[in-house]
Amino acid sequence: MTSITVNPVACAAYGYCAELLPELVTLDEWGYPVVDGAPVPPTLVALARRAARECPRRAFLVDEAPDPTGRGRSRAQAGR
Amino acid sequence: MTPSLATRTSDPMTAARAPDRRGAGTMLLGAHRAGYGADLAGHLAYHGQPPLPRAGDAGWPERLAAAVEASGLTGRGGAGFPSSTKLRSVGVAGATLVVNAMEGEPASTKDKALVSCAPHLVLDGAQLTARAMGAARIVVCVADDDHHSARVMSYAMAERSGTGVSPVTTTLARPPAAYVSGEESALVSWLDGGPGVPTFRPVKGMPLSVRRRRALVHNAETLAHVALIARHGPGTFRSTGSPDAPGTTLVTVTGGVARPGVYEIPMGTRLEDVIAPARPTDAVQAVLTGGFGGSWVPAAALGTPYAPRPMAAVGGVVGAGVLVVLPRSACGIRETARVAHYMAGQSAGQCGPCVFGLPALARDLTDLADGTADVTTVRRLHERLTAVSGRGACRHPDGVARMVHSALTVFAGDVTAHVGGAPCAHQARPSMLPPSTAR
Repeated sequence: MTSITVNPVACAAYGYCAELLPELVTLDEWGYPVVDGAPVPPTLVALARRAARECPRRAFLVDEAPDPTGRGRSRAQAGR
Repeated sequence: MTPSLATRTSDPMTAARAPDRRGAGTMLLGAHRAGYGADLAGHLAYHGQPPLPRAGDAGWPERLAAAVEASGLTGRGGAGFPSSTKLRSVGVAGATLVVNAMEGEPASTKDKALVSCAPHLVLDGAQLTARAMGAARIVVCVADDDHHSARVMSYAMAERSGTGVSPVTTTLARPPAAYVSGEESALVSWLDGGPGVPTFRPVKGMPLSVRRRRALVHNAETLAHVALIARHGPGTFRSTGSPDAPGTTLVTVTGGVARPGVYEIPMGTRLEDVIAPARPTDAVQAVLTGGFGGSWVPAAALGTPYAPRPMAAVGGVVGAGVLVVLPRSACGIRETARVAHYMAGQSAGQCGPCVFGLPALARDLTDLADGTADVTTVRRLHERLTAVSGRGACRHPDGVARMVHSALTVFAGDVTAHVGGAPCAHQARPSMLPPSTAR
């Protein structure tokens, strides 16, 4: 299961994530992203990774499903 | 039943004084009440030696953890987790045991009371816990504006050096006094040379570290209970309180009372009996439970037993043990607005929803109390409560949202009256909140 989280300390409300991924990210009245913990649908995983790459503050995190083979991308690598 | 860990010692000094030790096993402040000094001699005369392990006793850590588990002790810092869990943490060799006596809750004075009256009980509990975990050092954290507690603590630590009751190196640290400084990730960050603000932890319960070794944070009161449980066994701890929530706890009663202060009560005491000794100055309208990030409980619920589960059933919180009494003559919305303004100012300033959301909540509440708000403001207030909850690195915004939400429920009648255009009749009245909020 792939999911997305926001590091609220790093986030500075650039809002790129909401532009790239409006299906999963909404902005609050101050421009900060609101995400729920729901799994990212497979069709949106690529866009979620792009949103993570584009975030100027590296605050948008894609948490990849642990690969059963143990060779999957780690949390630290996700979205880079 | 786990046997008591206490090793009986016959101390001629103790016997000669024929001490009055009634309630010795159950009360944190028992020695203070019985007139014993807070110094090491008074402490040992009343409580006896702390049952530290003998060299080579490999089974001791598990026996202590089992005794604490059987006692049913839960953390007294607010979260309320079973204390035995942290004692059994694995991979903590060389760890730092952090004693949290920061008094982070603005209305609370329980850490000060405990440190002043029973510093050695806190230190005994820290030593026992550190030995059980295999921790390499103990750091006692007292806020940098709490000079009295720091003096008492450093004196107590000096008294213990070289006496055998302090096998684990103990130091005193003085992190900055601020609401969020006492939050465990903020505390550990400061100890590790960081800025002393809450840290974003993407994985829930991610371990904290100082000098790249694990750090475990314990509330001072929790450790003092461990010191009693280790001496007298879990049965004595469970002999007071309720089966669901055993033991005693320290409660700060403040607000509209003639005798604000810290009271040690058995868990499960009815709420009205907890606040009665502090002598409410007027008929009670409501009580803010669990501190400024807690929850309002109406006077109708004053018969509720003061323990986590029954309190939760009436929308209340035990948390760090703070009760702020609101007299009938005060406006709940006005006071909530004041608390919200204070809490907005206590944000570490890191997370947008907290930085922008809390002042917005406070302004809405002030408008409401001024009689200048309409139904739109109330609707927006509810939306903003949702918007700030769960969106910070720490639980600060969540606590404020919970407190404001409870106010809108408990003072629903006042909300309706204010929306109808009636300004608050108590506008000029000074706040009934404790003066520490001016800090």
